[in-house]
This record gives sequence, C-alpha cells and structure tokens, in this order.
Amino acid sequence: MIVNEQIAVDHGLKKDEYAKICELLNRTPNITELGIFSAMWNEHCSYKSSRLHLKKLPTKGKKVIQGPGENAGVIDIEDNDAIVFKIESHNHPSFIEPYQGAATGVGGIMRDVFTMGARPIANLNSIHFGSPQHKKTKNLLRGVVHGIGGYGNCMGVPTVAGQTSFDSSYNGNILVNAMTLGLVKKDKIFYSKAAGLNKPVIYVGSKTGRDGIHGASMASASFDEKIEEKKPTVQVGDPFTEKLLLEACLELMAGDSIIAIQDMGAAGLTSSSIEMASKGNLGIEINLNEVPCRETKMTPYEIMLSESQERMLIVLENGKEEQAKKIFDKWNLDFAVIGKTTNSKKIELYFDEEKVADIPVNTLVENSPMYDRKWKKTKLPKKNKIKKEDIKHLKIIDVLKKTLANPNVCSKEWIWQQYDHTVMGDTIQKPGGDAGVVRVHGTDKAVAASVDSSAVYCWAHPLTGGKQVVCESFRNLISVGAKPIAITNCLNFGSPENEENMGEFVECVQGIGEASEYLKFPVVSGNVSFYNQTKDQGIKPTPAIGGVGLIKDYKNMITMEFKEVDNLVLVIGKTEGHIDQSLFARTILDEKNGPPPEVNLFNEKNNGETLLKLIDNNLIKSAHDVSLGGIITALAKMCIKGKKGINIKKPKYLINEIEYFFAEDQSRYIIEINKKDFKKVADILHKNAVHFDELGTINENELYINNKTKVTIDELSTSNKSWLNNYMSK
Amino acid sequence: MKSSVITFPGSNCDRDMDVALKKFGFKNKMVWHADADLPKSDLVVLPGGFSYGDYLRCGSMASKSKIMQSVINFANSGGMVMGICNGFQILVETGLVPGVLLRNKYLEFICKNVFVKINDKKNKYFKNVDNEVLEFHIAHNEGNYFCTQDQLKEIEDNNQIAINYCDENGKIEDQFNPNGSIKNIAGIFNKEKNVLGMMPHPERMIDPSLSGEDGSLFFKNLINNLK
Repeated sequence: MIVNEQIAVDHGLKKDEYAKICELLNRTPNITELGIFSAMWNEHCSYKSSRLHLKKLPTKGKKVIQGPGENAGVIDIEDNDAIVFKIESHNHPSFIEPYQGAATGVGGIMRDVFTMGARPIANLNSIHFGSPQHKKTKNLLRGVVHGIGGYGNCMGVPTVAGQTSFDSSYNGNILVNAMTLGLVKKDKIFYSKAAGLNKPVIYVGSKTGRDGIHGASMASASFDEKIEEKKPTVQVGDPFTEKLLLEACLELMAGDSIIAIQDMGAAGLTSSSIEMASKGNLGIEINLNEVPCRETKMTPYEIMLSESQERMLIVLENGKEEQAKKIFDKWNLDFAVIGKTTNSKKIELYFDEEKVADIPVNTLVENSPMYDRKWKKTKLPKKNKIKKEDIKHLKIIDVLKKTLANPNVCSKEWIWQQYDHTVMGDTIQKPGGDAGVVRVHGTDKAVAASVDSSAVYCWAHPLTGGKQVVCESFRNLISVGAKPIAITNCLNFGSPENEENMGEFVECVQGIGEASEYLKFPVVSGNVSFYNQTKDQGIKPTPAIGGVGLIKDYKNMITMEFKEVDNLVLVIGKTEGHIDQSLFARTILDEKNGPPPEVNLFNEKNNGETLLKLIDNNLIKSAHDVSLGGIITALAKMCIKGKKGINIKKPKYLINEIEYFFAEDQSRYIIEINKKDFKKVADILHKNAVHFDELGTINENELYINNKTKVTIDELSTSNKSWLNNYMSK
Repeated sequence: MKSSVITFPGSNCDRDMDVALKKFGFKNKMVWHADADLPKSDLVVLPGGFSYGDYLRCGSMASKSKIMQSVINFANSGGMVMGICNGFQILVETGLVPGVLLRNKYLEFICKNVFVKINDKKNKYFKNVDNEVLEFHIAHNEGNYFCTQDQLKEIEDNNQIAINYCDENGKIEDQFNPNGSIKNIAGIFNKEKNVLGMMPHPERMIDPSLSGEDGSLFFKNLINNLK
C-alpha cells in the first residue's frame, strides 16, 4: 500500500503532521512506519497538547526518588523502602466495553508498577458515570466494577480505596482511572533506559494478537455514532497471565541480568522499544519474525501496533539469556530474543528478511509535535445570595437524609465488596474510610492512599478546583494519621482543540501546581486523557489526584468511626457558610451557578499539620475531613460507621443553621477527643492559630440537633446504604 | 509441627498462609505444583487464589497438577489436608471432599466478614475451640456449595459439615448465607475428617489490626491439636 495524505488522516494524523513526517524522513513513509508515527504522535503517547503545561508542575522533593517520565513515580519511605505509584486512565475502552476496558486498565497500571521492580501492594480507582437515570449507566457501572474486581482479585492485590461519582456530563463518556502502589527496595528499582551495544532485546509474556490495534489512537479521538465499530480496538485482559508475568519478572529482577525493562502498554511494541532506545540514546533492531504471535499471518504493521496485554520488553546483559529463559519457562510464559541494541539511533525492523521500517528515534520522540493550544480563561463566577424563603421550609434532618442517599455521597459498599480488599494480609484500613491503608509487610510502617476529584468545583472555576482536589487528597491522608508525601494525577478533560476545554485543562493544572507546591506535595507521575466527550460536548473537567502518605507506626492510624460515648466532637477550621457549588445548592436548591469554595493554602497546610501534631500526641480518637455535604454529613457518616449518636449544638455564629451544617468551606476536619484532653487540644489549636468550634458530645444511637430535632442512626444508615443497592438490584 | 503450602500458578494467598502458619509456630515450606514429592508434613495447605486463572472450572486444572497425586496419597493415608477458598475448590475437584462449588447466587464476588458456626468438634481442626461461633472473612466468586440430595444425606449422616454461615449468635438462616450454599455450608470434611475444605480465610484474621482475630484462635488451636 502506498501511503498518502488521506491514509495519514485516517490514522488520526493532521495534514501538517504528515508533511512533517515526510520532511523528517526525507521520503514518504511506508504503511508500517506511518502506523508507528501515528501511534507515537497521537495525544495519548506524545502529550502534544499538554506537555507545555505539565512542565510547570512541581515534581521534586526530598522524598522523590523518581518523578514523571518513567513508568511510574517513586518515593522514599525510609529504611531502604520505596513506594512506586501511578494513576492512569482507561476511559474510552471502558465506555465501549466496560468489563475488558476496566480490567485492562487495572492490568496496565499494575504492569507499570512492577516493571520498576515493585510488588503491587494496593490498588485504587476513580470511576465516573453518567446520570443514574441514563439508560447505559447501570450496565456500565456493573461492567466496570466486575472488570476492576475480575483483574485485581485474580492478581491478589487488594483494592483498598476509590471514588465513584455520577454526573450527566459523563453520559456518553465514562471515566475509569486506576491507580496502583508497589513496594520496592530503594536499591532494586528498575528503569526503562537501555544501555550498551549489541545487548539482547527480549520479549516476554503473552503472545501478540490482533487485539487493541490503534487503542492509543482511539483514546485520542472523540466519540461519535460509530463508536460501537471501535470494539476491536479494546484490548482483552488475562489477569492469570499477568500474575505469572509478575512473579516471573520479580524472580528475574532478584538477579542482576536486567539492563532495562519496559511494559508494552499503549502502542505496544512500538512505544516500548522506542522509549527504551530514546532514553538510552541508542538504536534498536528487531526481527519481527521472532515475535511470538497468537494469530497467523500477522503483518509487521499489526505486530507493531497490537496492544495485546501482559507483555514486557527487556534489555538483558549478554550471556544471561539462558538463565532468564529458565525463569519464564517455569512460569509457562513466552520468551523470545527478538533483537538487539545498536548505535544507529534508529528503530530498524525486519520481517521475512526485508527491512520494513527504518526511522530515526529522535523523529518519533523529540521531534514529535508540541502545541501551544489556544485556551480561554474562566472568570470567577459571582456569588449567589441564598434567599430566606428558599430555605425556611427545609427541615435539616430531611435534607440530611436526602444528602446521605445522594448517589455521590451514599455508601459504595456494593462496589467495594466486590473487590478483594484484604488479600496480602496487610490492609488495616478498608474502603469506606478517608484513605485506604496497608502495612509495609513485616514492618511497623503503613502507607495510606486516597484518590479524589471534584469535577463540579473544577467546572465552576478550574483554578480553584485544581487546588481544591490536591487539598482534599492532603486532607484525606492526614485524616488517617498519615504524613502526605506525593501525588499522581490523572487529568481527564474534553478536547484540547476546544478553547474552553483547553482552558479548563490549563487552569486546573495551574491550580494543582500551586497547591502541590505550597503543600510540598509534589507530582511524581500521571497521565492525561483528552477528548473525553461525545460529539462537541466535553465532560466536566475531572482531574483525579491520587495521594500517598506514610504512617510511621501503624498502631497510630486514625479511623473515622466515632469511638466512645461522652467523647467530645470538634470541627477544626472555620465555617464561613459557603453554599455555592455545594451538594446542598446543587441538589436541594437546584442552583448550579456560583463559585466553588475558596481554597486558602495557608489554612490548609496549617490545619492539616496541626491535626497531625494532635495525632502524634495521641489526642485524637477519630477524625474525618469535611467535604461533600458539609459538617452534618461528615458527622452522620462518623455516627453510622461507629454505630454511635451525637448531640450537636450549633455554635452561635451569624450564619444560619443550614449554612453552618451544609456549607462546603475547605480545610476542615471533624475530630473526636476525650473530654479530659480538651484543654491540651485547645492549647495546641490556639497556639497554632487554628480555628475550631465545639460541636457536641457522642451518645448511644441518636443524632440530636440543638436538643430539638433528632433522628436515629439506624435511620440515617438506611438512607446512606440503600440507594446503591436498590439501584443495582432493580 | 511441619506444614507445607502448595503454590499453583495463580495462587495468591500462599504467602498469607505462610505468614499465618509461621506466626503460630509451624515450620512451613512452600511447595511448587510441578514437584512430585511432598516434604514431610503434619499439615498440607492448598491456599486461596485463582489457580490456572480459574479457567475451565475453578480448581479443576490444579487438581491434576503433579504434586496433587502426592497430596491425595497423603490425605488417603490419614494426613491433614486443608483447602482454603480456591484450595477448597481444588479439593472438590479431586474428590477428596464431596460436592461442587458454583458461582455465588448473586453472581458477584464477595469480600466481607461473616460468622460461621462450628458444626462438629470431634476433629483435629476444631477440637478444643471454646467458641461455637467464629467471625471469619470470605473473598470469593464461586463459593456456592452444592451437592446432590443423596450426597447431602451422606454428609449429614457422617457429620461431615464443618462450618455453616450464621449470624453472630449462631443462628443459621438464609439471610446469613452470603453465596447461596446449600444448608449454609461454608466448609466440609471428608468422612475421616482429616481433610477440610472451607471458603473462609482464617489467615486474613490473625491480627487485631486486620479483619479480626478469630483466625488466630483457629491456628493456635490447630497446632495444639496436632502436637
């Protein structure tokens, strides 16, 4: 087939990009080469619209061993231990085929982590669906949950935390973001940089099939009516093979034969080989006849673009092939020497003794397009004034029950009970809390992780929203007693070619950058997913932040359930009564305009660090951050989990009860303390200039407000737990 | 006391079991599925996981592994063999214990704490356990125990039911059955009661920081009974 401009356009390349390819090669590419360019230059692999902005994120810190640019980020957790972690999107495939899309998303992110030599110890996910009333939502939710469970459970890695939301902006484009944490010794981290000449290039894992061809290109385009036709671009996962691959790789890594290793993820053999060559400033020569294939008569084009799962590429030391092969034989996995490193700085492919591709590596990587897309700034919306008559008929308990049953607040037990969250025997905080916590096996340390996003805030004002998500992650880690260390981000946005969507991206990234800089909570890995839209309509901007923190002694971990009757409950942080963009405003008042709550980074840091001090002094019995639904929702959840009640007294503020209880002001935590410790706690809070209100005392089983209104915790629990169960069983 | 834990391709609770056995005093060895011989053992454990990806039928391929002939011989000569979760599925496939394990009634994987009532204490697994009810942890997709009416009669006549799903007070009712198992069966013995297959994972409950501690109780008692 002779390549021309039209074929290039059909591959998702722009006309000027095709012209540039011809110019760089000084000739017309053949079809295999064009396929390689299209795979490397698409948005998903090249970050061509986002690179310019991502550069501004803070990525360094005392605890950062490896920032963005590798398979995953790495942070130091002392004693020669390190945590490898990353979050990644698998949105487009999951919408087309929810089970396989979600499953391979989980498989892909785990591979990114064990490629670096780390054993995965925890999985998390952030999943977003359309309106519950939308006809596709229920099946998508079920398929995605089964897919995540199907893969993670089989791998034997606990899924310890997550986030699920519903919003009509995802009706035609759901989001599935998967995150994995792995544990590795600091001196046994593996990288993808090839080194040395004539080193054998090894292919291990599953055979290559025709599945997933052009997956990365598909993930770089918007959906239209013909979406169903794209099913063949979705990869099919085999968690069993991945489990074998994990064990085999870790066994090989225990020795010293690996120079570089890279998993075959998006754009398969193409991107893995090119990445290794590019980082090592080398060339790679591959004989495609040596690639283990699942199907007959696969062409070089298909072999290079297949996204079959559970495959790895390894550059080995010379002479170690036999020893390595033994390990893969033991685990019944394919092992093939398919090429070698060269000094040509080119990627050279051979098939049936013919050279089928000859491309300088730098044309694919350094010379890949980078765009400074046009973008529009979002103005801070004007505040709304709540009218007295809109709220005077409202009964707090009724609103609370509605809030607890809201799809975005309700208990997600139906989901996480389908994930094995206890395998590996180190899960000390299960899903349903502020963060998942797993022990570092065999030590007193524990690692906390949470994943958060606030699409509504980001949509209302991207800059504030971006900051807020980072802060929320910070807060969730502190709530369990962990010191926040670093984050990974999954940036889900609409089309970068749309100025508004691009503006949302630019400003969210700016917000994320400001907050992570201030909180010393650097970004060590991440992923960008653009074109999350159907036709012209983009999703709400949804950056998901995965935060990781350390608890030095796991026995000091904090949980959110109320512990003991008569204990005192306080709220840390000032409540100003910010109602705009709150769940209350959006669902009860049906008011969708206005600014999100303001983020004050000083308060965020100060309040959080002060709470950590209280925890260090053993003064905290339980803690929970205040987020969606405000103070009273947070209190109710602590009651439900602890099977305890509370007598609440609203402090004598100027703001009214509704504002006080449902406002979503930031930087706040609810804490439970022993009465006798009150003075000590108050002293520490005063000394650090942290505002707090006394909220009340814990009782047996009822929630009282100002000694007037009351409701039993059982009733609140039913409101909270039934929505999702009922929805899924209908 | 010496124990052996078999690792099949796809086993994923083998390490957890190793940790638990060692914690309570066993000298444990990990045994590879492709080995022919078992090391000298007082207890052999088939751990949980997804042996052979649960392809074909859960446990069926693992039951044909090389090591399994030795395990079967060991069991037939009176050796203690315990299968947990996928290990239970492997045991039913070998025929060492009767019945089959179907997909959970609601077709979903379930990971949660459950209560089980000990049905029989005249065996080395549960002898001397003070409690009648234990809080255990399950994590499975195919734990729905089923057998024919004839088999059931035989199982009951021989008192082969080890544990049943129940509430915290030991009440065995349908509503406390997480997966649809016939008679709320969570674990059963062979006739001689040296082979136990059960869905719950005691190895995940060996520490107050985890899902609970009734697993500790189980293992402490087990090693004492074997002495």
